[in-house]
Amino acid sequence: MNEQQQTLWQFMLLESDKLLNQTLQHIGLTFISLIFAVSIGLPLGVLIARKRRLSGAVLGIAGVLQTIPSIALLGFMIPVLGIGAKPAIVALLIYALLPIIRNTYTGIIGIDKHVIEAAKALGMSKKQVLFKIELPLAMPVILAGIRTATVINVGVATLASYIAAGGLGEFIFGGISLNNTNMILAGAIPAALLAIILDGLLGLTQKLNFKKLRKLLFILPFSLLILAGFYILPTAAGSDLKAGFTPEFMGRQDGDLGLKSAYGLKIKTVVISDAVMYKAAFSKELDVISGYSTDGRLKAFGLKILKDDKGIFPPYYAAPIVLESSLKKFPELEQTLNLLSGKINDSVMTDLNYRTDYLHQTPTRVAKDFLVDNKLFKAPKNGNGDVVKIGSKIFGEQYILAEIYSMLIRGNTNYRVETKTGLGGTKICFDALINNQIDFYPEYTGTGLLAILKPDAKLVAKITPDKDETYNYVSAEFLKKYKIKWLKPIGFNNSYALMMRQKQSADIDVNSITDLKNYLDKN
Amino acid sequence: MIEVKGISKKYGETIAVNNISFEVKAHENLILLGTSGCGKTTTLKMLNRLIEPDNGQIFINGEDVIKQNPEKLRRGVGYVMQNTGLFPHYTIEENISVVPKLLGWKKSETANRINELIEKLHLPQDSLKLFPNQLSGGQQQRVGLARALVANPSVLLMDEPFGALDNVTRNSIRKEFKDLEELKRKTIVMVTHDVQEAFELGDRICLMDKGEIMQIGTPKELLFNPANNFSAKFLEGEKLALEFKIIRIEDVWNSLPEASKVDGIRFSPELTVWDAMEKLQSANVSELIFCSKEGVSKKVNFHDLTSAFNQFKNSHLHE
Repeated sequence: MNEQQQTLWQFMLLESDKLLNQTLQHIGLTFISLIFAVSIGLPLGVLIARKRRLSGAVLGIAGVLQTIPSIALLGFMIPVLGIGAKPAIVALLIYALLPIIRNTYTGIIGIDKHVIEAAKALGMSKKQVLFKIELPLAMPVILAGIRTATVINVGVATLASYIAAGGLGEFIFGGISLNNTNMILAGAIPAALLAIILDGLLGLTQKLNFKKLRKLLFILPFSLLILAGFYILPTAAGSDLKAGFTPEFMGRQDGDLGLKSAYGLKIKTVVISDAVMYKAAFSKELDVISGYSTDGRLKAFGLKILKDDKGIFPPYYAAPIVLESSLKKFPELEQTLNLLSGKINDSVMTDLNYRTDYLHQTPTRVAKDFLVDNKLFKAPKNGNGDVVKIGSKIFGEQYILAEIYSMLIRGNTNYRVETKTGLGGTKICFDALINNQIDFYPEYTGTGLLAILKPDAKLVAKITPDKDETYNYVSAEFLKKYKIKWLKPIGFNNSYALMMRQKQSADIDVNSITDLKNYLDKN
Repeated sequence: MIEVKGISKKYGETIAVNNISFEVKAHENLILLGTSGCGKTTTLKMLNRLIEPDNGQIFINGEDVIKQNPEKLRRGVGYVMQNTGLFPHYTIEENISVVPKLLGWKKSETANRINELIEKLHLPQDSLKLFPNQLSGGQQQRVGLARALVANPSVLLMDEPFGALDNVTRNSIRKEFKDLEELKRKTIVMVTHDVQEAFELGDRICLMDKGEIMQIGTPKELLFNPANNFSAKFLEGEKLALEFKIIRIEDVWNSLPEASKVDGIRFSPELTVWDAMEKLQSANVSELIFCSKEGVSKKVNFHDLTSAFNQFKNSHLHE
């Protein structure tokens, strides 16, 4: 929790192995895709310079490909190419294509036609005209295209970490998730430097005269190959199971670091975005992933949570937290909110999330169905008492909870209700509560402990293995420090969890993280 | 020797060249003359198949051009163009040695030939390592000529070779061109729209309009026996200057007074009337002495020259 005091330099030194590895991967990714882009784009450019009728169509298609948002493009790749290096390289190649095709084309058609005519008139064959005259003369323009493509690739390659292809994006996106500025900069600065240096080097080549350019043309392919060779697929210990963890999980003590220290888990690991991780596990690209225990996709993709038998993931039990002043103002509020206490366990919450996230039912409908099923629903009294303001964070689960509470209050009391849903993150919600903008919102014990109270690491280690101890601690501290009361827990625990496909878990008989470790050690 | 039999070229509906035939004798210099769009350049480019004729036959030194591999054909035919067409990324030396390389000459052989050529064409030795844009326009044109001549082709095609040069440079290069021994042994077809140039350089002139040949003949024939209205009209504006330039002292020999005693510089009667007038002016003398091969000498002043010229003209007009 003292990342803030750590300087960027210290962080980079500490993580120098990872940094070097990511930088090399980044360079490698950039240049592998560049080699492919050149070997496709250059001939295409030559072709459309010969057959101009095709130029409109080819440049048009390449232009359209260029406009696809990079995240979306990576998304399209997964069903076809899976995750990892392949889709990343293909996506990068697609972005690099347009500048290379276009510059080859304009470079060739821009050559003085008298020069081409002279070449023919002297008796050069078509091939000789192309290789001795057209390509060398178009080379400065083609190199400018390659330069543009390189810089684009360095930028887009940061996104490769979303689909487990590595690169400096691992630090950048990990840093964003963990709110760790040093980590963001440790990825962003080398990426920016890389772009500037490569741009500068390729810029130099454009200024060379023809003689030096000719020498360079022999060196260039080799250096491209060498740079491309930097991309060594991320490999680790030789187990046949493969894990995909989010950048955030990778950097947390209650994440990958804890798995290593508490369990001694050694598994082949790639970094991947939360958005594609569940899908990748479902399609057997990955075997173990780091998810959230109540995520609807758990149900959608038939995944099973491995028991955290050593308790490294802190409990994230949800409960409404209310201003003491609001409890006084609304005497019936506490007992109304407590109606929900113990009613929603993990699998119920997962199901509710599944219905909003995957079946696209509205949170209102899901909330009402739930209350009706549990015989908690009462028709609104349409009272005209004071207004209770409910807050929620900006994800599905919180919207459902806010709706449920809203219906409970309307059905059981005369208070009116105003919901302020979608309040960015923890900080925004909590600030709104403290400043009396809202009366309560659902919070998680782990978040209250780690994101708001931030006690020292020793205390965290001592209390987190026990969910009641954690609840009691945050409950007491909140009341003391902020005059905020934690009501009774709703029942579910939305914590980090390792998960596998149900079938695989049964096949290899792995039900807990210790099982997983033992299985990996044996195989 | 070149034989052209009924070649045509159409671009869509436009007829660029319409069924034309002509012959160029060995070591002859034929000029294709006409305004832009008359088909002269298209005709020239069909000779080495830079443009494929739609129909007709072309023979160079007795061989059917259409049946040859076009690349091999072109390596054997020199080609000089208006914009030089030098390769900007090749040094002068590399530019000149393109064809020898294609033909697989030995390096030493190429080097010898290049040295020979740059001397003949008055190119500085150290220019060989330079790139084309480091040379003047006149020098570039000489390199273009060297590149066309290097492999000793018997036929040379020239597309407005002096067209891109300024007047002063053009005149001096044209003179060098006329005096170049090597060119006198070539069969040359040259395109120009410059009438003066055509009359100065051409053994015969092929006057073209709208894709057809209007008249083909020696400069004298074109001047004094225009075949049709077009020919007459075409030369109208520059007639007098052209006449001075093509009529030689030997043509008017009989009308000139004989010299009794001869001393001082003797000139050849191959000089044109124009040249003789220039000599009279520039040397600031009143008389010039000419001496024929047979040993007959004539003494000529300005008045003699003009009256002989008029006599010659009159006699030709009344033929």
